[in-house]
Amino acid sequence: MIYCFDDVYCDRETDVRAVFLYGRVLMIVRLIALLIAAFLVSPALAQGPLRLTITEGVVEPLPFAVPDFSVEAGDVDELAIQIARVVAADLTGTGLLREVPREAHISKLGRFGDPISYADWRAINVQALVAGAIGLDGNRLTVKFRVFDPYAQAEIGAGLQLVGTPNGWRRMAHKVADTIYTRITGEDPYFDSRVVFVAESGPKEARRKRLAIMDYDGANLQYLTDSSSIVFAPRFDPKGQQILYTSYASGLPRIHVLDVLRTDSREFDIKAGIMSFAPRFSPDGKTMVYSVTTGADTDIYSMTLETGQERRLTNSPAIETAPSFSPDGSKIVFESDRSGSQQLYIMRSRGGAAERISFGEGNYATPVWSPRGDFIAFTKQHNGRFHIGVMRTDGSAERLLTSSYLDEGPTWSPNGRVIMFTRETQGRAGEASLYSVDVSGRNLRRVRTPNGGSDPSWGPLQ
Amino acid sequence: MRFFFQMLTLLVITACSPLAPVVYSPSVEGAPQSGQQTPSSSNSEGTSEYFRNIVGAPIYFDVDKHDLTSQARAQLDLQADWLRQHQDFAAVIEGHADEQGTREYNFALSARRANEAKEYLVSQGVRSARLQIIPYGKERPAEVCSQEVCYARNRRAVTQVRYATGL
Repeated sequence: MIYCFDDVYCDRETDVRAVFLYGRVLMIVRLIALLIAAFLVSPALAQGPLRLTITEGVVEPLPFAVPDFSVEAGDVDELAIQIARVVAADLTGTGLLREVPREAHISKLGRFGDPISYADWRAINVQALVAGAIGLDGNRLTVKFRVFDPYAQAEIGAGLQLVGTPNGWRRMAHKVADTIYTRITGEDPYFDSRVVFVAESGPKEARRKRLAIMDYDGANLQYLTDSSSIVFAPRFDPKGQQILYTSYASGLPRIHVLDVLRTDSREFDIKAGIMSFAPRFSPDGKTMVYSVTTGADTDIYSMTLETGQERRLTNSPAIETAPSFSPDGSKIVFESDRSGSQQLYIMRSRGGAAERISFGEGNYATPVWSPRGDFIAFTKQHNGRFHIGVMRTDGSAERLLTSSYLDEGPTWSPNGRVIMFTRETQGRAGEASLYSVDVSGRNLRRVRTPNGGSDPSWGPLQ
Repeated sequence: MRFFFQMLTLLVITACSPLAPVVYSPSVEGAPQSGQQTPSSSNSEGTSEYFRNIVGAPIYFDVDKHDLTSQARAQLDLQADWLRQHQDFAAVIEGHADEQGTREYNFALSARRANEAKEYLVSQGVRSARLQIIPYGKERPAEVCSQEVCYARNRRAVTQVRYATGL
């Protein structure tokens, strides 16, 4: 199997090495899927070849090692180190794996394909060993890797080779890590993805906001707009190529659309003078749902993008906003204060009767349907605190994942395992930043951005 | 020039005698110029600066509410009077929310607040076509802190006027 990052350098003849140890992979996958699912069922003890243990619902991270990749061609020693570091950072960032630092390594790996001294890796309790090599030929960068289980003395899955250009090295490193993550956890990949968000700077009362796009880990940040107008709540299309957002560029807050590759934006073709916001794409990218406010009333509409045909989906005199499609496009979850407080409702994507799904204490807002379809993430405001939480699509099994002065606006990783959101700190020096947390509530992390950040929207796997 | 400012101060104080006296500071030196741009007004009362400083004070709202308090109505009565007397001005009513709420809901809430002020002005005889609302949600707080006394000053609607012919 070969990933091609650039058609010019895609080499379909390249040999795919190693035997696919299907049975073993399946076993590991099952084991770890069980561990990850355990928080939903009950604290369970699991023992097996990988020695993962759960104590009181806490997963002991699996120790792994990623020695620097070897160099087979070209002057790319530094890149070989950097690629290994990105792979390690991706895996460590999941909270499910823990790197055994390079200083602790007893033996070095030889050339790619040399036999592995399994005992040396067992001695430092490495349970997954990544061996990789890179080569540069002209402008063609080759990255290949294999994963070993020192305890089973066997390879985990097949070796893989990726071909691309040197400036795509980070993406190739994310692909390597994605493959390893998928093999060890059984979950779908998510590292090779991007996030669009609002980059913030300046004091709160005169905050400058601009759209920015970056890799999921904060690398390769690019600004998409200048800070001349307020922008908020961007959303990716399903292909990660277009961004819907709300901007005051024309004086009134209105929906705009922007192409990621050509950063010129245009105002969306909704009747002039109408204030529109909260736009989101449907899963097939053909429809947009959004809110229109007259001031007195805020309702949800949909528009078929090809024809521009609009349809009003709600018509109560309440604030109805923050719509989000189910992954199959048949339903929309949204928030409404029709009951007197902000609550979550589900309706068919053509509108009509809506069913309330949130019944806990406090206000519920910004529902976002998981790409797996199993959960709805939301913001909850209760007793002066804000939480990011998840519930089943029927409103059951509500769990709060975070708590702070102000957490809001969850967005799902492409595999539905991680949630990114905005956390704002209080007071005069208060700043908004991006955080991520596992759907289990573990592994809360700040996502590094140069200044403040808010309103993340996590794009698809590239 | 000094004489001019003394005159101006006098005019302002005279014009707003029922209110607390307000003395223009040199930072609003632009006031007489605007006055000259508005042919209909023979004194400084007919300027956007006058409106901002004398009758345009923000009106405030309770937590997650958009209905007008009696203080807000009294303030809007002054604004309606002024707008009825100065027909060649249009007004923009900005709606704002404090930061204790989610961004998009607060945006819609601030639209409700601005709209409530607008409808009150219309009920007091100001033509709807002269009034535009712009919701800002929690994007532009007047004050930054994290206590109720400060939140209260951010839950507001602010009327701003500009000279506009042909209304």
